[in-house]
Amino acid sequence: MTRQMTGAKMVVQALKDQGVDTVFGYPGGAVLPIYDEIFQQNGIRHILVRHEQGAVHMAEGYARATGKVGVCLVTSGPGATNAVTGLTDALMDSIPIVVLTGQVPTFMIGSDAFQEADTVGITRSCTKHNWLVKDTEDLPHVMHEAFHVAASGRPGPVLVDIPKDVQFATGTYAAPKEVKLAHYAPKVKGDMEAITELVEAIEQAKRPVFYTGGGVINSGTGASQLLRELVDATGFPITSTLMGLGAYPASGDKWLGMLGMHGLYEANMAMHDCDLLINIGARFDDRITGRIDAFSPKSKKAHIDIDPSSINKVIRVDIPIVGDVGHVLEDMLKVWKARGRKTNKEALAKWWAQIEKWRAVDCLKFKQDGPTIKPQYALQRLEALTKGHDRYITTEVGQHQMWAAQFLGFEDPNRWMTSGGLGTMGYGLPASIGVQVAHPDALVINVAGEASWLMNMQEMGTAIQFRAPVKQFILNNERLGMVRQWQELLHGERYSHSWSEALPDFVKLAEAFGCKGIKCDDPADLDDAIMEMINYDGPVIFDCLVEKHENCFPMIPSGKAHNEMLLGEADTQGVIDAKGSVLV
Amino acid sequence: MSPLHIKKGSNSHSAYNLRPTFSDVQEKHTLAVLVDNEAGVLARVIGLFSARGYNIESLTVAEVDHVGGLSRITVVTTGTPQVIEQIKAQLGRIVPVHDVHDLTVEGPSVERELALLKVAGEGEKRVEALRLADIFRANVVDSTLHSFVFEITGTPEKIDAFADLMRPLGLLEVARTGVAALSRGTA
Repeated sequence: MTRQMTGAKMVVQALKDQGVDTVFGYPGGAVLPIYDEIFQQNGIRHILVRHEQGAVHMAEGYARATGKVGVCLVTSGPGATNAVTGLTDALMDSIPIVVLTGQVPTFMIGSDAFQEADTVGITRSCTKHNWLVKDTEDLPHVMHEAFHVAASGRPGPVLVDIPKDVQFATGTYAAPKEVKLAHYAPKVKGDMEAITELVEAIEQAKRPVFYTGGGVINSGTGASQLLRELVDATGFPITSTLMGLGAYPASGDKWLGMLGMHGLYEANMAMHDCDLLINIGARFDDRITGRIDAFSPKSKKAHIDIDPSSINKVIRVDIPIVGDVGHVLEDMLKVWKARGRKTNKEALAKWWAQIEKWRAVDCLKFKQDGPTIKPQYALQRLEALTKGHDRYITTEVGQHQMWAAQFLGFEDPNRWMTSGGLGTMGYGLPASIGVQVAHPDALVINVAGEASWLMNMQEMGTAIQFRAPVKQFILNNERLGMVRQWQELLHGERYSHSWSEALPDFVKLAEAFGCKGIKCDDPADLDDAIMEMINYDGPVIFDCLVEKHENCFPMIPSGKAHNEMLLGEADTQGVIDAKGSVLV
Repeated sequence: MSPLHIKKGSNSHSAYNLRPTFSDVQEKHTLAVLVDNEAGVLARVIGLFSARGYNIESLTVAEVDHVGGLSRITVVTTGTPQVIEQIKAQLGRIVPVHDVHDLTVEGPSVERELALLKVAGEGEKRVEALRLADIFRANVVDSTLHSFVFEITGTPEKIDAFADLMRPLGLLEVARTGVAALSRGTA
């Protein structure tokens, strides 16, 4: 069915045909025709944000919590440039979002018009792909292709820049199935020869470990299911990156916890000493590998990734498999079962005995004593008191983020949204709103630091306007905790600009926004305060005053290997050499 | 570590055609990149090289299939084998890129470049320039009583050699097209 309609109407029609139910956006001159169409329909809900960066993070949170494509609508110029951080964040973490930007009319492009920016130029390097639509007839095709590109292969953000005259002009609409998409079709099936080679390695491995990442989550819940089956059937230990938490349940007995710079001792030691490393949908990020030339030196390495450019980018691997995690895992299981479900059980038992010794170190131990709340204790209590709930967690960026990853357990995928690759302070609050919009009845908590939280706190207005009962759990140490920690370790305890002065009274701030504020500074009151937050029917800003100088451990210092972890304060003196200090 | 298994018959978008990437030797490769001829596609390709710190030694672009709307970008780049593989993989995932061919490793290929050289001189130098142009099969495409413009086609090395010879004879300006390359035979 093709129909004549304006470009603006096409945009809304295409969104509906793509199954979009929610758009996060902010109006402005160059998108008014589209907003006029949104006004005249009921199928798509529009969430009015307070800043375009917030819109993109909300769309990211929405996308991560649902597995669908998140959608933003912003205006030209500043609307588009404000979206850049969110786009970069989504690109780094492979989150499928479509950002629609208004643009000045085609005949004014290049004239330095009011609110004109070279949006496709600016966003070329922070999108998977982008389009400037100069003709209304091209709009349906580009809209549908945008969704296709965002969601297929390695997912990512795309942007469609639509000049105002293209929105006003009339053209012929085409539905998704009438549009011939471009050649873009990434390979999803893995090479069977390579898969068989990996199965052979699995059969022989003495000290194997699965190292999984966000690719498992992006591949869909089916992939997580297959991963669980594979892990439980082989009995191999499994660790995960920050982005992959929840793919394998934290309560599973094969679970080693997160690996990497602030990962668990047992996970990092297993990575260092293993003889078979199976990377499933992770990308050997520098937070994971530590010193490259000392990374997992004794292992044969397999890498399953849908993006060929991820393979051999950082770490040379022996068995590369390009394909979608779900498809490859399915084939792996098939081949492994057909060959008789073999593993080296004797060696595995020894390997597990070694792992148990590492576990016994209890690297996350801390002592809650004295009158001040330890951040770890706050998260331990949050975990205990929210465990049974239909719970989603977002975070900001810094120490609290690492503690959340260490102390909160995730049983299912799509329950954990954090800015991993880009490390965007200000991500968590808007992301929590995006998650809550997708799951109105769930308990959505943003574990935050006070400094990160302030970066996008204007979005509390959005939460209240749209009745999103998000809980802002702020671990307030009045410091930029991670910056402070690095200054302590690397810069002679000269704490240059790493404290938060002139902080607002968060309870009064909550009241000013029209929601509930809770303040807690006594460990004895903490449980009651957390229960009050959970039970309150509406958004809450929870100001949890914590120990100001607590450092996040374990830690692999910059330029060090996995087996050179710091487990606590006593280990920290002079550990990072000059070479390590230039690394971030 | 054991060397990579190299699978036969894999296409340019797969990782299986990776050669062992242990060498730190800088290699020069000629890549042919087939792209949709759409606005901004060249910026995407060049932006990739600058953003990731790769080298471009030579670059040529033109539409080669008007009906299909395809352009061919020929880029000469240098890097270690690992970097070259990364460049190809990164190029391959740009949405409007159809195919990436590494002409340096995919069998024999021919490379040609065209250059225009303006040489000004009098007397014996002028005669010598003409004589050398004849040896190099360069054509005279413009002539005044005091200057020539030569047109020369050949490998980049041949053009370098010709330019070197013209320098003492009054070389004023050089314009080069960059390398165009095709695989030999029917491949």
